[in-house]
Amino acid sequence: MSTDTTPATETDDGLFADIDLGWEHRKNQLFLGIIFAASMFGVVMLVLLLLDIATDLYVGLTEFNISIVDFLTRDGSRREELSGFRGAIVASVMLMALTAFLSFFVGVGSAIYLEEYAPDTRITRLIEANLANLAGVPSIVYGLLALAAFVNGIGMGPILLGGAIALALLVMPIIIVSTQEALRAVPDGVRNGSYATGATEWQTIRNVVLPAAMPGILTGTILALARAIGETAPLIMVGALFTNRMPFGPFDRFSAMPTQIYNWAAEPSQHFIHLAATGIVVLLAFMFVMNGIAIYLRNKYETEV
Amino acid sequence: MSTDTTPEPGISGGSAQRDLDANKRARRVLFGCATITVVTTLAIFFVLIDNAASYFFGARFTEMLMGASLEQSVTFTEFFTGTRWAPDHATPGHGILPVVFGTLAITVGAAFVSIPIGTATAIYLSEYASDGVRSKLKPTLEILAGIPTIVYGYFAIAFINPVLLAPIASTLFGINIGRYSMLSGMLVVGIMTIPMVSSISEDAMSAVPDDLRNGAYALGATKYDVSTRIVVPASISGIFASYILAVSRAIGETMAVTLAAGFSANITTNPFSEIMTMTAYMVQMARGTSAVGTVEYQSLFAVGFLLFVMTLTMNLLNDWFKRRFQEEYR
Repeated sequence: MSTDTTPATETDDGLFADIDLGWEHRKNQLFLGIIFAASMFGVVMLVLLLLDIATDLYVGLTEFNISIVDFLTRDGSRREELSGFRGAIVASVMLMALTAFLSFFVGVGSAIYLEEYAPDTRITRLIEANLANLAGVPSIVYGLLALAAFVNGIGMGPILLGGAIALALLVMPIIIVSTQEALRAVPDGVRNGSYATGATEWQTIRNVVLPAAMPGILTGTILALARAIGETAPLIMVGALFTNRMPFGPFDRFSAMPTQIYNWAAEPSQHFIHLAATGIVVLLAFMFVMNGIAIYLRNKYETEV
Repeated sequence: MSTDTTPEPGISGGSAQRDLDANKRARRVLFGCATITVVTTLAIFFVLIDNAASYFFGARFTEMLMGASLEQSVTFTEFFTGTRWAPDHATPGHGILPVVFGTLAITVGAAFVSIPIGTATAIYLSEYASDGVRSKLKPTLEILAGIPTIVYGYFAIAFINPVLLAPIASTLFGINIGRYSMLSGMLVVGIMTIPMVSSISEDAMSAVPDDLRNGAYALGATKYDVSTRIVVPASISGIFASYILAVSRAIGETMAVTLAAGFSANITTNPFSEIMTMTAYMVQMARGTSAVGTVEYQSLFAVGFLLFVMTLTMNLLNDWFKRRFQEEYR
């Protein structure tokens, strides 16, 4: 702190004469005030956002007579008073299951290769650099890829599987990176112990490394899926819009939670806007639960390794 | 476990050989998994270029190989310099500038929100905040980062535009604001990229060794001096990397800008008017369920490819900054 230097001014005021300590102190306080206010801006916006959704939900329930039970048990409809969220919820749950299935094994597999096997060659570095770039590709581009290659390319049509492929490609880099981190957290001593018994690399991975890293891998995967469940743009590209029926399998047309919310929010009618707010609350509840499970897993197994 | 390998010294044929074979097989399969990300990137390039070709030349490259004739329907000059964007109109306009303007306007506007606020937040977290405040502020910002973009879009269309901006526009400027406005797009994308700037910048600032700070304190510097003259310059490449990442995110942002800024492709300086970004155009076309082979469908990929190239450039720039950053501190 600058106040400590005060005694020195008596002896060498020639040296410190040009320093106004009071001003230096005030400048520091002013700067602190500004950056504190800036830090609070994000918090205030978050509070405003949540308050806005909460009030819209409340107004929707009271003034527009949206019944929570009807909302959760009816499918979407062109008629606002008959519209519900069931089809979208079922579609999103099926999407997440399919996405997890499509991305988990391949994602974990490539992370194992990169961490445990890969020699430091040009190909490995290319894969690693490409991974970082893929994570920065806008989500809508994954939707375009799925649209051209699967929906129209092999004539799949705008079905749930097409959306799941787009989302699986989107979360793949996230799953790979978080799995790599989980594998790196397993100490080398554990691996060397296994090698010392004569185990091969694959035996070591399967019996020693993977079990130890599994909680971390699952946490990362759930967090990635919690992100994927809110992704809208790829699904719109794939054609998941204007479908109100509940899907029964991966080959049905669908509209998931975020696309249904978009549909409602883009409507001029106030009733639809409040349906969107109710849908957002359900979507956020899903994300909240998924994040909760991930944090629970992390805390439960964190100390064991 | 492979303890059973000891009794068999001969490598050929025994269970040790089986284990080694299994290891080789596993390695090959896992390598196959690892190539999928490279395949994805190549597929993105291929699909976008191939389909964008049909927009310019009337046929995809793959169709040309099968003998489809090639005639240039849209010239590159018209595409990159034209100022009217309406490929689906009866008298079509193929100039992409209005939607590129929309994207750049949102990106620059958002940067004016997220860069100062994000940087200030990072300095506060890294230099000033007590542990108690940090442990509450950081998770709060993480929540902000985790909220889906569609929710931000809703926030823009249900709150920022009608409640926050509409009164300002009508009382101060006498403008009746519509459902959509450029300014609400800038604000909402700015808000959602704050956590990106703040968390990555803070990581960079925390990586600055304490010795540098203590040296400055020993000379009688205040925290303000240390923050602005020691910490920020020392972590500047990491801070810039976070800016580039935020800009890249803003360019590719879709749902928030679509619901906030609207669908009207025009070049304007009025922040309260409706504009259209590249991503919003893509959403609009997808909403129209345009059939394969129509100009609308083809234009989707021309715009998508340009978007991909823009974000890829940003990502490569970010890589370059990060590598510089790593060279400075070991």
